[in-house]
Amino acid sequence: MIPKDLLYHKEHEWIRVEDGRVIVGISDFAQEALGDIVYLEIPEIGKSLKQGDEITEIESTKTTSMLYAPVSGKIVAVNRDLEEKPELINEDTYGGGWILTIEVDQASELDHLMEWGDYERFLENEKQD
Amino acid sequence: MPEKTIFEKSVEGRRGQSFPIEQLGDFSPEQALPKACLREMPLDLPEVSENELMRHYTRLSQESYGVDNGFYPLGSCTMKYNPKINEDVARFPGFSQVHPMQEVQSAQGALTVLYELEQMLCEISGMAAISLQPVAGAQGEMVGMMMARAYHESQGHARQVVVIPDSAHGTNPASAHLAGYTIKTVHSNAEGLIDLDDLAKIVDRDTAALMLTNPNTLGLFETQIEAIAEIVHAAGALLYFDGANLNALLGLTRPGDMGFDIVHFNIHKTFSTPHGGGGPGAGPVGIGANLLPFLPSPVIKKDQDGFSFDHDLPQSIGRVHGFYGNFGILLRAYTYIRRLGAAGLAAISRNTIINANYLKKRLEEDYNIPMSGPCMHEFILSALAFRKKGIHAWDIAKRLIDYGFYPPTVNFPLIIEEALMIEAPESEARETLDAFAEAMKQIRHEIDAEPEKLKSAPCSGPAGRMNEVQAARQLDVKYE
Repeated sequence: MIPKDLLYHKEHEWIRVEDGRVIVGISDFAQEALGDIVYLEIPEIGKSLKQGDEITEIESTKTTSMLYAPVSGKIVAVNRDLEEKPELINEDTYGGGWILTIEVDQASELDHLMEWGDYERFLENEKQD
Repeated sequence: MPEKTIFEKSVEGRRGQSFPIEQLGDFSPEQALPKACLREMPLDLPEVSENELMRHYTRLSQESYGVDNGFYPLGSCTMKYNPKINEDVARFPGFSQVHPMQEVQSAQGALTVLYELEQMLCEISGMAAISLQPVAGAQGEMVGMMMARAYHESQGHARQVVVIPDSAHGTNPASAHLAGYTIKTVHSNAEGLIDLDDLAKIVDRDTAALMLTNPNTLGLFETQIEAIAEIVHAAGALLYFDGANLNALLGLTRPGDMGFDIVHFNIHKTFSTPHGGGGPGAGPVGIGANLLPFLPSPVIKKDQDGFSFDHDLPQSIGRVHGFYGNFGILLRAYTYIRRLGAAGLAAISRNTIINANYLKKRLEEDYNIPMSGPCMHEFILSALAFRKKGIHAWDIAKRLIDYGFYPPTVNFPLIIEEALMIEAPESEARETLDAFAEAMKQIRHEIDAEPEKLKSAPCSGPAGRMNEVQAARQLDVKYE
């Protein structure tokens, strides 16, 4: 079930907004495209990011893919369960497969993200390319 | 049934050789060696007889598959036959017993080989000078990037960005990153070539280099290479040639003539030296005259006294490997080039291009080929259409093992979904290509009729389908 109340970044991250913070994971499309995820380096808490910065690499049996910061801010929480169980991203990307929480610097950056309908159209375009 | 490990075969007290321990007399390691050098625990070596040892490793070697067993269409890797004359020459005592520490006056033969190999690679690539020091393609890339950095710093403007196409080998961004650069990606157009508009937008005064594989990883020649070179050079950046696919160009065209400033060679691909097994490799780097001062130190110089190493290179990026690279491997490449000559090298490239196009034609009825025009030495199939049946590129690859072939590269390049990348080196006969095409046709039939055969493949061989996911998630390479 794909939650419709999230925001999406063009690099296929989902963003859940919760009072000044955002929880970030990768979209169902992204986990499906990557295939079985075998490793990701857990980001460092406290690190400051600018929108579009590389955060960490996600490694699957097929390929590795970069996770980008969907907004600027500071990393305030990370999902340590992924250290032992990266497959949580494949199994439950919108729940137990969350990757990190960012304290947002500028709420206005959220306006640049896509809502579900826009992301769905974005995916359709990507597929046609 | 998989072969047991040598540790599982161990029987306490069994010996391959008996040493005359009594001759040691009253020698005691505790007295002879400082305490820090003594083991705290006995060394846990497997205990087997000599014949058990031989049989174990012979069986393991027979469970392996290499170019001496059969066709090896691993795209981008150029798994060509390694002529045995290379091995003969490498074993000549004058070469095999030369020592890197001996005086250069007594190693003039070895230095002649290295010097002449540099000259040959200069002629093949159209570059001004070569360093044979790097011992792998990826090290060659990094050395190339370090020279690019030294060059730009000497121009008074250390640039920060290396531009790399989305179809590139993963080593390109890795090498540029290690050399301290930030990576920007340039996209491919619908034809699978570099999008010139995108390139023109990305390349600017902060671009140090564009790293380019030509022919690219889709097996296509970058036909606009001159326009690409112009965009890159107009911004003051350098053009880097990833030599992974040089096998398609020998004697036909040269990177130097296309405008490349730095080139690396994959000796194990193009020049028939052994791949893999962690064994020694060689990744020489070639440069244009503008980068001469930055070559790794030392370089081989020739004067009236013969050959020697020149260490007096104030702007050099420094030494990048012990001595002067992997001599034995370079010697094999020298043998290969000398044996073929200029006409032979051009025939190599023509034949691999013909082989790949022949195979592509034979497969196009049964498989989707995203880039439909003529290819160079390799081409890409896409298995995307079979995904709805639960069949992926790797299922086709695994099934090929049952038909006696090594699998092609899968899921690369990244811009083609469910890619199977097939290379057909020049050394393969038409009958071999036909047999491979027939196997692929059979597999295509199985995808419709018996897909479970693919999902459980390989069913031949000692071990069946390996669980690659579990192996990657719970990596365990240690016995006990």
